[in-house]
Amino acid sequence: MSGTALLEVKSLRLSVRTDEGIAQILDHVELQLARGHILGVVGESGCGKSTLARAVLGIMPSRAVLESGEIHFEGEDLLGVSDREMTRRIRGRRIGFIPQDPYLALNPVFKIGAQLLPMLRWHASADLRSEADRRRRVLSLLRRVQIPEPELALERYPHQFSGGQRQRLMIAGALACSPALVVADEPTTALDVTTQLQILTLLRSLTEEFGIAMLFVTHDLGVVAELCDAITVMYAGQTVETGRTDEVLAAPQHPYTQALLACHPDRSGALGGIQGLVPSPLAPPPGCRFSPRCDYALAQCSTRIPRLVKEAPGRFVSCRLADERQRERP
Amino acid sequence: MTAGIPKTASPALEARDLVVRLGGKRRLLRPLVLPVQAVAGVSLSLRPGESLGLVGESGCGKTTLGRTLLGIQRESAGKIELYGTVVSGVAPAIARRKRRAVQYVHQDAGAALDPWWSIGRTLEEGLVILGRDDAQVRRGKIEAMLSAVGLDRSFKSRYVHELSGGQLRRVVLARILLLEPRIVILDEPTAGLDLSVQATVLSLIADLKARLGLTYLLISHDLAVIKRMCDRIAVMYLGRIVESGPTSAIFAMPSHPYTRALLAAAPRLEAEGRHRHDRLLKGEPPNPRSLPSGCAFRTRCPHAAPSCAESLPALEPTGRGREDGDQHGHEVACGRWREIVQASPLPA
Repeated sequence: MSGTALLEVKSLRLSVRTDEGIAQILDHVELQLARGHILGVVGESGCGKSTLARAVLGIMPSRAVLESGEIHFEGEDLLGVSDREMTRRIRGRRIGFIPQDPYLALNPVFKIGAQLLPMLRWHASADLRSEADRRRRVLSLLRRVQIPEPELALERYPHQFSGGQRQRLMIAGALACSPALVVADEPTTALDVTTQLQILTLLRSLTEEFGIAMLFVTHDLGVVAELCDAITVMYAGQTVETGRTDEVLAAPQHPYTQALLACHPDRSGALGGIQGLVPSPLAPPPGCRFSPRCDYALAQCSTRIPRLVKEAPGRFVSCRLADERQRERP
Repeated sequence: MTAGIPKTASPALEARDLVVRLGGKRRLLRPLVLPVQAVAGVSLSLRPGESLGLVGESGCGKTTLGRTLLGIQRESAGKIELYGTVVSGVAPAIARRKRRAVQYVHQDAGAALDPWWSIGRTLEEGLVILGRDDAQVRRGKIEAMLSAVGLDRSFKSRYVHELSGGQLRRVVLARILLLEPRIVILDEPTAGLDLSVQATVLSLIADLKARLGLTYLLISHDLAVIKRMCDRIAVMYLGRIVESGPTSAIFAMPSHPYTRALLAAAPRLEAEGRHRHDRLLKGEPPNPRSLPSGCAFRTRCPHAAPSCAESLPALEPTGRGREDGDQHGHEVACGRWREIVQASPLPA
């Protein structure tokens, strides 16, 4: 996958200075996303998945410090691109964004048309020079995301749409400039299941139709199973496992992935949950951050971060067990 | 659905033909604002010791129904009985006094607690209001309850912002259970919790029910949670119960098109039938101020026929789900459920 990757994050390490000390939000994050694929980034609250999505978009918290790492997108390292350049060339243009809460992302006092059209004016390619062209483009997008009566929709305010429709508007906005990548941060979490399925189906067909890759951040393993080609599991700021969705869900290798899947009601639904608590990013445990809660942990687990072991093409696990398994192999 | 239950199986809490209208006002020289019928003729009974799950999507009236059963929302019509005594038809303040045996666990644990109060003070408040015990007894009860919900004594001096989501759920549970309710209404008890925490909170809720002999009305949009926790289920759509019955019967043969759509739409780990468009419901729920004629679901129903617009289908027994002595068993409010179930016994 590495040769053809559209997006590649390499040993990203990011911390945020807070009043209580330095929070180590991301620690050795690795991921790869091929063109036209959907990658699900999964983890529980506080695992750093939203920060990762924002790092890709270049919108990090103001007191964030990038300690190391690279984010390669279309052949350049985004971390070396100035904020101005990100705004001008990349964000909104090559990388679209679908937020968790469309109501917060839309300005309540402006009509939908007044919010979608300027986006094209800023970012769109040369073939959309006239206002009429841009309007045609927005209308066709609104039709494509199944907004009823698109002409009228442009004249409406955000509160006149339901939650599902607002999310459709955000999707139209993210696609407006034909990006190569869309970053979606929990876009269906606030929706009912029947609406969620509508949105997931729409996202799937749009990415296929336009050949768009998507980084889909979610806490819901079921949603990943429905939508994503590949999955990256994060725990406390570290990537612990990545691979094809069906393979990871069928045979999880990392103890955290195994424990998390066991909690899912579709599986046995381990009523005990996972022992212990997620560590605070202000004082993360050394080495593998899951080691204090892990049934298989040895002393060495808390001294160094296990390397990402390649189990199969596109399949990586960051665990002592996987490392040992690989060493034993002839 | 409770009309014929024999006296021997007398329900703990029973509602008959409950109607709740919200809002609506007359305005001078301006159009009349119609009230929304959030609960439109719901009958349900909660048998002692059982867990009844109330499922439905946002805006279906499940929370309003819960608040009405609790007594903080006055019903517009209908009757509520608590252990055989009529407790409806009175103002909320009186209704709450009559329904002390019923308590409510709020959806958003963080918002339900006062950030300026220590957990100990929060827990003590209810006991002080009840005024039964002196300080010594109160302290003993609070410490016993904290350990019952799996928190240690040190939590008494801690504050809301110091607690995790799972710990907050435990605190709101402890606060309610200190009041010694017999019936607990749990509104979305796991909403917003991570999977690994959700599992432990659910097992605590199940464990407390067994230990304290409680009866639960569990409100949730999550069918997986309901399936795990509840003996019986009632599915709501736009203020009405469209299907109810024992959990096993409903999961074995979901019969209302809406129930089937809910089951089919829930994301699954085993992704067989992935991306299948026939699982999709069309559109969104209609405006509750102007409901369609006949069956309210027909505008989104894949099986809708012209006859569905003519009359409102009533709950009718499917003849299943009576094994455990449930008088009514599995009931469904759909004119075409037989054809639908025959065509495909299980949803896609």
